[in-house]
Amino acid sequence: MTTRRTSVRLGAGAGFAGDRLDPAVELAVRGGLQYLVFECLGERTVAEGHARRRRDPALGYDPLLKRRMGAVLAPCRASGTRVVTNAGAANPGAAGAAVAGVARDLGLRGTRVAVVSGDDVLDAVRAVDPVVWETGEPVSAGRPLISANVYLGADPVVQALQEDADVVVTGRLADPSLYVGPIRHELGWDPEDDHMMGVATMTGHLLECAGQLTGGYFADPVTKPVTGLASLGFPYADVSAAGEVRLSKLSGTGGRLDARTCAEQLLYEVDDPGGYLTPDVTADFTGVTFTETGPDQVLAGGATGRTRPAQLKVTLGQDGGWLGEGQISYAGPRALQRAELAAEVVLERLVAVHGLPPGAAEVELIGTGAAFRGLASPAVDPPEVRLRVAARVDSEVAAHAVGWEVEALYTNGPAGGGGARTGVRPLVAVRSCLIPRDLVNTGVDIIEVA
Amino acid sequence: MRVDDVADVRAGDKGDTLILAVLPRDAAGWDLLQERLTVARVAEHFGAAVRGQVLRHELPLLPGLVFRVPGVLAGGVTGAATLDGHGKTLSYHLLTLELGG
Repeated sequence: MTTRRTSVRLGAGAGFAGDRLDPAVELAVRGGLQYLVFECLGERTVAEGHARRRRDPALGYDPLLKRRMGAVLAPCRASGTRVVTNAGAANPGAAGAAVAGVARDLGLRGTRVAVVSGDDVLDAVRAVDPVVWETGEPVSAGRPLISANVYLGADPVVQALQEDADVVVTGRLADPSLYVGPIRHELGWDPEDDHMMGVATMTGHLLECAGQLTGGYFADPVTKPVTGLASLGFPYADVSAAGEVRLSKLSGTGGRLDARTCAEQLLYEVDDPGGYLTPDVTADFTGVTFTETGPDQVLAGGATGRTRPAQLKVTLGQDGGWLGEGQISYAGPRALQRAELAAEVVLERLVAVHGLPPGAAEVELIGTGAAFRGLASPAVDPPEVRLRVAARVDSEVAAHAVGWEVEALYTNGPAGGGGARTGVRPLVAVRSCLIPRDLVNTGVDIIEVA
Repeated sequence: MRVDDVADVRAGDKGDTLILAVLPRDAAGWDLLQERLTVARVAEHFGAAVRGQVLRHELPLLPGLVFRVPGVLAGGVTGAATLDGHGKTLSYHLLTLELGG
């Protein structure tokens, strides 16, 4: 029934939940894509999704999903570009309904939205009670579980595409698998062919962070200049049936795509380049090379793979208490000494007056090298310092005390504190474990827009 | 001479492990990194925050090095109260490492 393509073009529409909209619109309008893929789900994002869903059962998917789809669905439907996204986050069903609603409002009748389910493995995790990586103890020994989402692979995406989905919405699905699915579907690659799965996974891995491949996260005005950073174009790949991968970006967009930007992104978040574990394959990037074939055109080769892991990674969400924080600035003579005195005052009062456990609050003296966590040589007489005090605590009241005490420095001293800001928010703690692959059952439901 | 003079560094995170990819700008830089950017030097540069063994992977074809620095992110993006829980700024800390022989 399907005619296999000799090559497929896939574009990166988003590299994280809060990514820009306009580069994806540009790709949708003039990219000549078969697929536009939106990777919108970090571990943190899943956690935040579950926190939102706890407050309102209709929520829990990417808050920008409707705006994203509203911006790209019409041009995508016009050009026959299919959309794949994990923006379903903690609530793929509600996300699918939301996308269908957007399509309906745009008058895109007949749009088929597929919802992939099966990543919610809370019951299986409770039954198996696996060891938590971070603690070395069984799940049942930790704080109460809010959520457990397994990293699905490309299989359910392929299934959704076989069922003629125009938009595929998933929850927790491995980032590269969002791309591996369409590549498998279009080029007919065998999921048991570890070499080709390695090639497809490399492609997905390179594209999944969108602007990070085209000079975004790469840019440094001195050592790595990038022109047009404000109009950064997102990348796309042409993958041939034989496994040739050509990376590019649209002419007229900002950024750069060359061997250097590709090499950095290949190794991004890869702690073992010879054994990059995904649900689809254990990918091996150690032989990868990049060849520049033209302006903003790179040929990627040398990826391979071996047997996929028998167990799948699960992201666990646990009640993480509350985060309270406060910030205030000191400038001019003795800025650092006054900020240090202010920190002492806040820490003393958080324990003595508010009953926080000693050591619960962290101090950062922004402007003195705080981002390097005490590793950099100390700043000498900085022109300004911004004090930040933050604490993870069990109660909202205790969290509130942190910002309150920072703000109270205004009148209670030391001198010249300005620009105080405070914040309180609930946290979901994220942990990881493994479960056997055969405990995971995926499903695909299609919503057709009438 | 610092890493910043011969290479680019990209930071990534997995839990409380910091992952640093180091990409030399030319062949001389690659030779220098291979010889002098050792596991011991990187571990020392990240100090007491490191918990466990720092690992180094070599990719001679690319070329590049990957360092796995466990513990540095203490709690990681969902566990720490620190502003930059990802440790994204820490690529620039490695760039300050002195490569003197």
